[in-house]
Amino acid sequence: MADIAVKVHDLGKRYEIGTRGNGGATMLREALSNTFKTPVTKLASLARRLRSRGPATVAVSSVSPRHIWALRNVSFEVPRGEIIGIIGPNGAGKSTLLKILSRITEPTEGRVEIHGRVGSLLEIGTGFHPELTGRENAYLSGALLGMRKVEIDRKLDEIIAFAEIEKFADSPVKHYSSGMYVRLAFAVAAHLEPEILIVDEVLAVGDVAFQRKCLNKMEDVRQHGRTILFVSHNMQAITRLCTRAVLISHGGIQHDGSAAETAGKYLMASVKTGAERVWSEPLSAPGDGVARLRKVRVRDESGCTLDAIDIRRTFGIEMVFEVLEDGHTLSPAVELYNESGTCVFLSSDVDPVSRGKSRFRGTVTSVAWIPGNLLSEGLFLVTVFLSTVRPLKGHFHQRDAVAFHVVDSFAPDSARGDWDGPIPGVVRPLLKWTNEVSELAGP
Amino acid sequence: MPKKMAEDLSHGVSIASEVPPEVPVSDPPGLPLLITVIEPSRGWVPLKLSELWEFREVLYFLIWRDIKVRYRQTLLGAAWAILQPFMTMIVFTIFFGRLAKMPSDGAPYALFAFAALVPWTFFANGLTQSANSLVHSGNLITKVYFPRILVPMGRVLSGLPDLGLSLLVLLGMVWWYGLFELRGRLLWLPALAFLAFITAFGMGLWLSALNVRYRDIQHAVPFLAQIWLFATPIAYPSSLLQEPWRTIYSLNPLVGVVEGFRWALLGSAHAPGLSLAFSTLAAVVLLVTGAYIFRRIERTFADVV
Repeated sequence: MADIAVKVHDLGKRYEIGTRGNGGATMLREALSNTFKTPVTKLASLARRLRSRGPATVAVSSVSPRHIWALRNVSFEVPRGEIIGIIGPNGAGKSTLLKILSRITEPTEGRVEIHGRVGSLLEIGTGFHPELTGRENAYLSGALLGMRKVEIDRKLDEIIAFAEIEKFADSPVKHYSSGMYVRLAFAVAAHLEPEILIVDEVLAVGDVAFQRKCLNKMEDVRQHGRTILFVSHNMQAITRLCTRAVLISHGGIQHDGSAAETAGKYLMASVKTGAERVWSEPLSAPGDGVARLRKVRVRDESGCTLDAIDIRRTFGIEMVFEVLEDGHTLSPAVELYNESGTCVFLSSDVDPVSRGKSRFRGTVTSVAWIPGNLLSEGLFLVTVFLSTVRPLKGHFHQRDAVAFHVVDSFAPDSARGDWDGPIPGVVRPLLKWTNEVSELAGP
Repeated sequence: MPKKMAEDLSHGVSIASEVPPEVPVSDPPGLPLLITVIEPSRGWVPLKLSELWEFREVLYFLIWRDIKVRYRQTLLGAAWAILQPFMTMIVFTIFFGRLAKMPSDGAPYALFAFAALVPWTFFANGLTQSANSLVHSGNLITKVYFPRILVPMGRVLSGLPDLGLSLLVLLGMVWWYGLFELRGRLLWLPALAFLAFITAFGMGLWLSALNVRYRDIQHAVPFLAQIWLFATPIAYPSSLLQEPWRTIYSLNPLVGVVEGFRWALLGSAHAPGLSLAFSTLAAVVLLVTGAYIFRRIERTFADVV
């Protein structure tokens, strides 16, 4: 039996521009006047169709400026028990996809098959009413999210305890602090037991401790073999929780692969830099009369270009430059910046083969090897430059030439150890630890 | 949960993503998985009444919420349920009963008016509340799935306790006037209330669905309720009308309801058989068309609300 939980086939959703949001509710007058206009437009399109002798083309409506495809030709399958991440820039169509999967809105075309009970968490505190007490809201929200009353009866105390609001369970939630409100809302959601859970950016709220609680709960859910579709902008959460992720942008799937790979693609797209950059036009390439940059890339030891790097693996930053004049002593260097713009290190060529030696015309490929278990996880931007050291003269200096993404795959042999939460720090070296133990008494 | 796993969780030990965790199958064997197919729908769609049954607890909680919230933070609380029709009754008695000397088919005018105002208030509140129900539940409609029909339905049904309370007051008044008798006719009251419910719900389906798209509705509803009040024999007896107008008039389902209430409680001479039949027919037509219209427009609610 093919154990598929969600099957999405050729899904598309078209919005009529101007019908979203409150301002979009049309006036009756407009509708009435449209009723009279429509026959005219229909006749016109019929005439067009007759002239072109073809079938009514979809293109006519899709290029029409009154429509916008929020989602188009989206197909993927989610096997049972998988946690799949859905990432992409704002407005890419992620929320539309979740809304279709949660049956909140209908697709315009395509088909979805869902095997199992679905619970969706598209916001925190669905159905909460400010005048109702915490206890009452737990019932209301629980029922709306798909719990049975007997189920809520059974779990109510647990929910109240999880939310840590025992003292206030019987006061209206409008008197709650925002933290209490969010905790209660999440506690209700966390006690849902659907076979398929759809979660949208819920983790964006709350403090670090709370986010951690959410992540742990999802981990817990995963261990119970449930399927989760998880939308987030938090790439670390995605790579930590999901085995696979799809990147959605401009209403379509741009990439479908391992979570690390997809997160890398997304981060790269967001910095508009890839793992490889080639300057094919020698004249426009960075450089001067002495040397010009031709190519920079991030590679592994076997020579493959890659943008997502396992935190434990050695990899290299390779730059290829052309020497145009004989007799210069050239020193290539790389500089690494992390997501927050901190310089992680600067390193220049110390290879005895080339260090301090005069160069001759030709092409040079130099690689700076970065050992595994050095960088922490996240996105890194690479700046490369080439200079003559004595007297100091720069030949090229290319900022943000390439970018790559270090992924912590949660392997047991990484510097992470047994801790599964976020780890601060610019670097994450695997240090040698020693212990001396003096035991008081043996058994 | 196996003990080992529980320990792992409490220590926050993670499992490497390359090694898929052992997946304990969550479903008891033999239990068929629910399969949902999501596809675009076109034109008229079936009502899916079985789904309403499946979501009955959601309906229950929606009604429960409305009732709980309605009189929170009010001084008079549930007394409002009685005050609404009661005050109207006093106003009507002064202006129509005393000043205009309106006939009341032999019953005391105050009682005559109140017997009509009790079901009318239930209907009018149900109508107004349900017409605006979807627009006011935008936050639910865009965030969670359940059959949308439950929203206007819940709004009308949540008026039932108010109806019950004011009905008690009405019975007390009938007794006070010395007209109370245990008649078999009293058993008709629930059926008549049900007719009022069907009418309010049918109208609510039409109006709430249209209101999502055309906000004109919310401005038109109070006016509609006012017109309807005068198109129903509340302040005056329907005996003022001549046949055939009177029969046509009973296509207003509230005519049947109001006449039925008076007949059951005040012991009016003739049973409103024919007008009740017409009213029921009209109410059923309203409900069925409303339900289909609602289902047809439903698919765009989340995009437009």
